[in-house]
Amino acid sequence: MSIVTNFLRFWYDFIIGDDWLIALVVALALIVIKVVANTSLWWLLPLAVVIVLASSLVRATRA
Amino acid sequence: MSGIFLVTASFLASAVEGVEALTIVLAAGVTRGWRSALTGVGGALIVLAIVTAVLGPALTVIPIDTLRLVVGGLLLVFGLQWLRKAILRASGYKALHDEATAYREEIESARARGEEMRYGLDWYAFVLSFKGVLLEGLEVIFIVITFGASAKQVPLAALGAAAAVVLVTVIGIAVHQPLTRVPENLLKWAVGIMLSAFGTFWSAEGAGVTWPGSDAAILGLIVVYLAASLAYVAALRRQRETALAQRAA
Repeated sequence: MSIVTNFLRFWYDFIIGDDWLIALVVALALIVIKVVANTSLWWLLPLAVVIVLASSLVRATRA
Repeated sequence: MSGIFLVTASFLASAVEGVEALTIVLAAGVTRGWRSALTGVGGALIVLAIVTAVLGPALTVIPIDTLRLVVGGLLLVFGLQWLRKAILRASGYKALHDEATAYREEIESARARGEEMRYGLDWYAFVLSFKGVLLEGLEVIFIVITFGASAKQVPLAALGAAAAVVLVTVIGIAVHQPLTRVPENLLKWAVGIMLSAFGTFWSAEGAGVTWPGSDAAILGLIVVYLAASLAYVAALRRQRETALAQRAA
């Protein structure tokens, strides 16, 4: 593996870790908030976090 | 209010990582010699200082909304990683990190290695200490810089981290053993909740949200994430006990 691949893999593991779905859902929720530009959408991100965390735990324990 | 949480999160995160790094350095020093182990620690601290010196000021030139959106998002993802791991450990699905076992394994591994001298140093001891301190230190620096920059209080975050490192070092020198009594999972759980709550607050604010109650919303997020994680631990424990009972029957 090249140094670049190792470097990218390290940062991927470091920040995203075991479940990429968490990062994807967080990113999507933030994109929706930014695009919709509705200042009252404060509830969306915490709701997404609580749901994706539950989903990630269920998948981890089934594995 | 965010200042107290900032110092607390940095302190607790650094304490947890410091304890893990201490175990590795102790194992390297006791089995292979202190000169090489401490040189590895010094080398890692220099690299960490350079990373901090480059990244810290670089983040301050980014507009605050963009910084909070991107860095807050990273902080949230990183915090959820800690929280997820802490929940799996608390519910019994993942083994608790045991410093005594980790120390024993590092000692056995270090004793099994042959001698290799480079630049007048025991190379295994140097690399083991260097990597241990660098990897644990990077997590601390990530938290200090992202948390501190988003709050515009990097020195305060650094203060919390430095206090923990000094405390762990002093205790480590005094007892000369791995710190097995530190409730690592509980600390990781607390840090995971704080990072997730602040990451949520800042990233959503950076994306354009107006939080009800302004800064007080952070407390609300902490309560929500704490309640959710407690409920998840309870549910997973029940699920595990049921599965074990069915397997035994």
